Amino acid sequence: MLDILYTPFSEFEFMQRALVGVIAIALGGGPVGVFLMLRRMSLTGDAMAHAILPGAAVGYLLAGLSLPAMTFGGLAAGVIVAMAAGLVSRFTQLKEDASLAAFYLLSLALGVTIVSLRGSNVDLLHVLFGTVLALDDNTLLLLASISTLTVLALAVLYRPLVLECVDPIFLRSVSHAGTPTHLIFLGLVVMNLVGGFHALGTLLAVGMMMLPATAARFWTSDITMMMIVSVLIGIVSGIAGLLLSFHVELPAGPAIILSAGAVYVASLLIGREGGVLWLAWPGKHLEA
Amino acid sequence: MATSSTAIHFDEVTLGYGRRPAVHHLQGEIPSGSLIAVVGPNGAGKSTLLKGIVGTLKPLEGRIRLDGPSSEIAYLPQAAEIDRSFPLSVYDLVSMGLWSRSGLFGGISAKDRTKIEEALSAVGLIGFERRPISTLSGGQMQRALFARLLLQNAPVILLDEPFTAIDAKTTADLLDLVRRWHDESRTVVAVLHDLDMVKRVFPKTLLIAREPVAWGETPDVLKPDNLLKARRMVEAYDPHAHVCQRGAA
Repeated sequence: MLDILYTPFSEFEFMQRALVGVIAIALGGGPVGVFLMLRRMSLTGDAMAHAILPGAAVGYLLAGLSLPAMTFGGLAAGVIVAMAAGLVSRFTQLKEDASLAAFYLLSLALGVTIVSLRGSNVDLLHVLFGTVLALDDNTLLLLASISTLTVLALAVLYRPLVLECVDPIFLRSVSHAGTPTHLIFLGLVVMNLVGGFHALGTLLAVGMMMLPATAARFWTSDITMMMIVSVLIGIVSGIAGLLLSFHVELPAGPAIILSAGAVYVASLLIGREGGVLWLAWPGKHLEA
Repeated sequence: MATSSTAIHFDEVTLGYGRRPAVHHLQGEIPSGSLIAVVGPNGAGKSTLLKGIVGTLKPLEGRIRLDGPSSEIAYLPQAAEIDRSFPLSVYDLVSMGLWSRSGLFGGISAKDRTKIEEALSAVGLIGFERRPISTLSGGQMQRALFARLLLQNAPVILLDEPFTAIDAKTTADLLDLVRRWHDESRTVVAVLHDLDMVKRVFPKTLLIAREPVAWGETPDVLKPDNLLKARRMVEAYDPHAHVCQRGAA
């Protein structure tokens, strides 16, 4: 049994690299996902994943499988869409979901147009599904840097982020930190998605952000604990997915997200904070 | 507490959304240390006026001048504007009142903790510190928000419908705090619907219906003809309104 769990990581370097990669992704993505969920922006992550796809694809077209080009392309597309959507929702009557939908569709259409004009049949499998089992030193450094920066930024922005969720009017009455906080947070979402797509692909990267966060909500009502549980679920899902991929020969990225999905379903059923079973059989009522 | 003679000046101020005014050409001032009620029908611009004072809504025309920085205003928005499903404890919610001192990074000292406990005690919420705000009743939530106001320790306090859907005991307790703020010479501006309470507690009243209708001593302002006028003004909604020429050269 121990062999099944331990040997793949002790014997094979690509598994060790993949392990470091998923831990880094979980460390950054877990807390960001918790705030996305608490700010009722869970689908924003998905929209942003679509928004960065054309940027990464253009980077690929211009420079091939180049880490800096694809990272920069994805970051540029994501930041432009996030900032534009954020500013439009702040200063016009359009809500953020509507402005984000408008901008990410524009971004997606622009990306597809650029790819079509180039006229070559580009292999975008790398961008779409990632290469978690082939992470090189530079990619690991990028993932570790993103997670470090994310944790530090969230520590600094914790107070205004929480206040903006609970009582945005109060925050605006005591501070001008609301708008910059919101924009920096959207920047963190983009950064983590761009980091995640190198390992899991643009479309699945958001899974390591949202599935652990939504699962964690069923175990605690304390925000700090929620972020810790979210990170732990991300790491456990990453390890489980890599092991599944190694032993059963499943594609690694989807196996990781399926593992996170399994934790989510289990949490939904048995989670102590509002899980289905606890709601169905709450036990005898307490004294008044 | 407050020392200057006027806390808030309104210079022909118009506040609104898009081009449509919710408060139209308000001129006047609220002296420091006033206890003033803002009354009027729904849609009269009462909450909009408070948002203008606190600075979350910029005037379409004219301006609002404060005798201190806007950070010296403590503002209680309507309860509906707070996300009560957020996993936050009563203690954390109340401690946000220390923002002007702690800001983004400052910690909470032992002295601050004592102040938080005193504020919780003043509103009768000792023992509720660890309770998530989602489990509070409407009255308990309002008590917690008043505790946050106490911690803000501001010379100007704005209350937007603070007693809506609150039981009599809680209302009486919180009104005692309002009286205490008035005794401490703080300026208190409260948007209210209960005219009996206004007559009992608030010496000054502003009756507004997009346009200011009457402003002064409460018994003079709340006369039947003024109330009728306010009702007619706010009901007179013109979908084809012309551009306002008042104040044009």
